[in-house]
Amino acid sequence: MSSKSVLGLFQEPEPAADAMDALAAVGFERGTFDVLTGTPYPEGAFGEHVPQHRLFRFPAFGAIIGFMVALLFTAATQIAYPVVSGGKPILSLFAMLIIMYELTMLSAVIATVVGIIFESRLPNLKPGAYDPRITEGWIGVVISCDDERVRDAELALKSSGALEIKHA
Amino acid sequence: MQQRRDLSQTHTNRVLLNSQLNTPSWWLPTVILLGIVVIIGWVVIGFILNKGLGVTGLSRPVFWGLMIVTFVFWVGISHAGIMISAILRLTQAEWRRPVTRAAELLTVFSLLTALLFPLIHEGRPWRAYWYAPYDFARGIFPSVRSPLVWDPSAIGTYLTGSTLFLYVALLPDLGNLRDRTTGWQKVFYTMLALGWRGNPRQWKLQTIGGILLSALMLPIFVSVHSIVSWDFAVTTGVEGWHSTIFAPYFVIGAVHSGVSAVVTMMALMRWLWKWGDFIRPEHFDALARLLIVVATGWLGFTFLELIFALYTLEGPELALREMQIFSWPWNVWFIVFLLTGYFIPVPLWLFKKVRNNIAMMFWTSILVNIGMWLERFFIVVPGLARKTPFTFAWESYKPSPIEWFLLGWSVAWVSFLMLLFARFFPLVPLFEQKESQVFTTNVKIGRASVPAIIREQE
Repeated sequence: MSSKSVLGLFQEPEPAADAMDALAAVGFERGTFDVLTGTPYPEGAFGEHVPQHRLFRFPAFGAIIGFMVALLFTAATQIAYPVVSGGKPILSLFAMLIIMYELTMLSAVIATVVGIIFESRLPNLKPGAYDPRITEGWIGVVISCDDERVRDAELALKSSGALEIKHA
Repeated sequence: MQQRRDLSQTHTNRVLLNSQLNTPSWWLPTVILLGIVVIIGWVVIGFILNKGLGVTGLSRPVFWGLMIVTFVFWVGISHAGIMISAILRLTQAEWRRPVTRAAELLTVFSLLTALLFPLIHEGRPWRAYWYAPYDFARGIFPSVRSPLVWDPSAIGTYLTGSTLFLYVALLPDLGNLRDRTTGWQKVFYTMLALGWRGNPRQWKLQTIGGILLSALMLPIFVSVHSIVSWDFAVTTGVEGWHSTIFAPYFVIGAVHSGVSAVVTMMALMRWLWKWGDFIRPEHFDALARLLIVVATGWLGFTFLELIFALYTLEGPELALREMQIFSWPWNVWFIVFLLTGYFIPVPLWLFKKVRNNIAMMFWTSILVNIGMWLERFFIVVPGLARKTPFTFAWESYKPSPIEWFLLGWSVAWVSFLMLLFARFFPLVPLFEQKESQVFTTNVKIGRASVPAIIREQE
């Protein structure tokens, strides 16, 4: 049994929200359908499932890794090649803190960016049905379903006022 | 202060993507002209590397000259991005929307330019990798006690972070460009957009991610110019350098010059791409108000630095200040520095007519950066140039034509990179503009109709 992606296109948020309700009413599970927009809308504007994420763990994890690497870099390399310069101790805490701070922050930023991409489910190699008009202000309601339920999905979308239906 | 404009998403796409979809006629000749200057600059850099630093005006005892001044200047300009983008994003300032990307971009390209100057200045850039702990076999590692190792770590972190920040905020607009293009361009934007679709999860992550990255970038932004200032401040033997207030003084000076550079850039964007609907006088007004506060803080630090230096009543310090303020030709430059850095632009910005006049804002912002470049010159050179005990060879520093050319070249180089970027990527974030339309409505209070912004709790 193959899976199809069906997209209903709307010009206003209200019928798009109705389409989300209609799809739920005919038995599609929330999470199998989604709304696509060209700009952020207030959360819950389409009655959609509020997405959960774990983004905040990424910078913390990145910072810990960065700090450990920086500690190793600043301490181990100076101990390995101990040259006294400017009368400073081999392990000069102030100087070490500067490098450790920068590497900790660098690692936290990189981990955050990885987190944003990962939690956004990108890269998305099988995007499904889509229409370029979505980035011109149209609103898409997209659903992935089995072949036999495509008809139900189309009816739900059309009954809510979809101006066009597309498949992929 | 917010003026509501009803702009459709189609109109926003058409106007803000005009550089990518219909390249303006002035773009190619300008890029070719700048490209010629850029190529000449690279040839000059090659000449310096081939002949050695003797072709510059650097001579005992002034071994840090125009190239280090220009390095500090461009690091300062780079502070525009995070100041504007991160702080305004965190405070949810509505007027940030057309400004953020240009500011972030300015950060990236000015940092890239800043990095070039110490590399040229060191004379042997092919050994720059010695800054990294690269060779465990030889057991020779860079000394982390040296500020010259702190610098690359801070600037490297800032450059990497800013570039990633810029890319993440570009994702929705890359999706938009993918939808508007055909052929190789579509393939290019499809790859960069990573399959962006614009579902609620992606928008939520975009919003939260932007705030989180802003919060992470802010401490980096403060650290970068602090660390650049420590190149001077931890040096004990040079009068005028060993100052405890250098870190905040450099940071606030960087914000002053960086935000002014954003004003210059925004005026150019408005004129060149005809983005009057998006970059409006109210944005210049808001930036000028911000600049008045920042510039006054900076002026306070400038005088604090002077007062604390004079308060010691130490001979060498007094002699240096006397040279900076009263001796020819430093005295003339000192007056020019104060006038252009503060006393001409700031009193003008007190007038609403000036703040809303884009041509005036453009020219005053350029004045600020002339002043801020001179400020860096006054910090770096006089302390070294002054005749000191036990220095038996000295002469006043006269930058060679090559150094002056490289200063001008750096401006052409940044402009060249900006124009190249603008050809392929939007300079104003489209999705932020559209979000502003969705989240703004008119509320009637009595007989007045007032624009109101809807704000979500995060």
